[in-house]
Amino acid sequence: MAASIGAVACRALHSRRHGKLLSIGRGLFSGARCLVAEGETHFGFQNVSETEKGEKVYHVFESVAKKYDIMNDSMSLGIHRLWKDILVHQMNPYPGTQLLDVAGGTGDIAFRFINYVRSQWEHQIKQKLKSHQNLSWQEISKSYQEEELKLPGGSQVVVCDINKEMLKVGKQKAQHLGYSEGLSWVVGNAEELPFNDNKFDVYTIAFGIRNVTHIDQALQEAYRVLKPGGRFLCLEFSQVNNPLISRLYDLYSFQVIPVLGEIIAGDWKSYQYLVESIRRFPAQVIRCSA
Amino acid sequence: MLPICWLGRARMGGWLRRAPGSLRGLRALALGSPASIGRGDQLPHTDLTVTAEEHVDEERYYQLYPGHIPTSPLQKALLSAGSAFMALYNPYRHDMVAVLGETTGSSALRSLRDKMRHDPEGYQILQERPRIRLSTLDVTGLQGLPDGTFGREYVRFLDSNRVSPDTRMPVKFVDDEELAYVIQRYREVHDLMHTLLGMPTNMLGEVVVKWFEAVQTGLPMCILGAVFGPVRLNARKLQILTTELIPWAVQSGRNASCVLNFYYENRWEQTVESLREEIGILHPPAICV
Repeated sequence: MAASIGAVACRALHSRRHGKLLSIGRGLFSGARCLVAEGETHFGFQNVSETEKGEKVYHVFESVAKKYDIMNDSMSLGIHRLWKDILVHQMNPYPGTQLLDVAGGTGDIAFRFINYVRSQWEHQIKQKLKSHQNLSWQEISKSYQEEELKLPGGSQVVVCDINKEMLKVGKQKAQHLGYSEGLSWVVGNAEELPFNDNKFDVYTIAFGIRNVTHIDQALQEAYRVLKPGGRFLCLEFSQVNNPLISRLYDLYSFQVIPVLGEIIAGDWKSYQYLVESIRRFPAQVIRCSA
Repeated sequence: MLPICWLGRARMGGWLRRAPGSLRGLRALALGSPASIGRGDQLPHTDLTVTAEEHVDEERYYQLYPGHIPTSPLQKALLSAGSAFMALYNPYRHDMVAVLGETTGSSALRSLRDKMRHDPEGYQILQERPRIRLSTLDVTGLQGLPDGTFGREYVRFLDSNRVSPDTRMPVKFVDDEELAYVIQRYREVHDLMHTLLGMPTNMLGEVVVKWFEAVQTGLPMCILGAVFGPVRLNARKLQILTTELIPWAVQSGRNASCVLNFYYENRWEQTVESLREEIGILHPPAICV
């Protein structure tokens, strides 16, 4: 519910890129920061120190990793799959896109990216055949290959996550579903990415940014690793404006979701944190300081 | 009742009335800011949206014991239904059996606590709050006791079934601190019941103990476990169960005085036979379970 996709074109204007980004970052952060002391931040509805938040979030995802996917399906009744599909459709990657999926954990976005790129490629081939165009040698040889040695056009997706357990589950899933090419798994912190500058065409972060301690630093890093003209896509829960739906949503979030967490995953507290962290994340419309 | 009930109602649904009077003392010690303590004395808050600060202050107020998770009646109902289903679907989820016991057991626990209060040994247990844990048990001492003594047979039971008293789930969803102890004590005494009834920890043995406990405690979780547990047994075991074991377990349960009224930690040297007689448990049938 109320998931919003912000596709911000960073670096469109070389001259003003730095100032623009910082104001967005500050605006996003001031909403979350207004009520705590320096060096303190939020962990759900508790106030904790910044180092504590990182550790606590790590433990939450360490304990939920194995049941993460089944819990997502139960809590959202499978709708999260639609949200992720929409994100990848918005991204509309062409063969050759270099994607960085941060907080990508169990690989949902990465697998969708691979499927999309592959189906785009097949679609292209079909179009060419239909219009009686000659295929290039590369295209012909690729269509004869039984084993996919590379993704079409050299597309690549890097899944980066701070949590090793989540990556472990993701790798197992990839093996099980048969995704291997063009896919790599990297342990890294969104606030300090282990990549060079200007490396990726698209940066995505799906349901991860609200768990980051310093969101402004994550945005700075996103800016750094993206190529000029690259795109930043963020999929995240947000505020519901309709008062009736908002009441139902609150009731569902606070009454049902922790219960589901206890029954399915044996972990009430992690899912309590989850719904609280959604409430703590700033709303869709941010007032940028002029 | 405490004015802060109104604040909590939007989220917690009015269950606060069951919190004990000691809550006022807890408020004084609460880690919340002075503003939140003052808020309790103001007029009822009619705004149903609870802000983050109020929510976390309420959480701290109403955590009645370590590990306590306050829950609304709706949450308790959902937990009961969900845990019952999950416990049947996956019998290895012992935590679900524990949750079911906690969410459905409030009236049975109250009557158990009253039975304990009215018995001298039970009252002593409620005062001293003993816990059965590997760290407090003198296992080597108990192993050195002669065969046939309660302590020796208990340790033998732990060894042969490869269980430990430390795997009992901590209590989370009981909204009264004393009742939370009562259910914790019931969990810890469960293994001792296995020893006294001579039942192993396989499915059949567990069902027999559940029948005994259902009669003794009246806990809905025990009754459900007793009725639905046999679903997973084969025909031969079912026959033994219904013809010999259940009648004996039910009779013993009726005949015995409340099993929570015995300070087992002081009775390790007593023989199993004499302890059975004292409690009122009938001699087990001669069947290999």
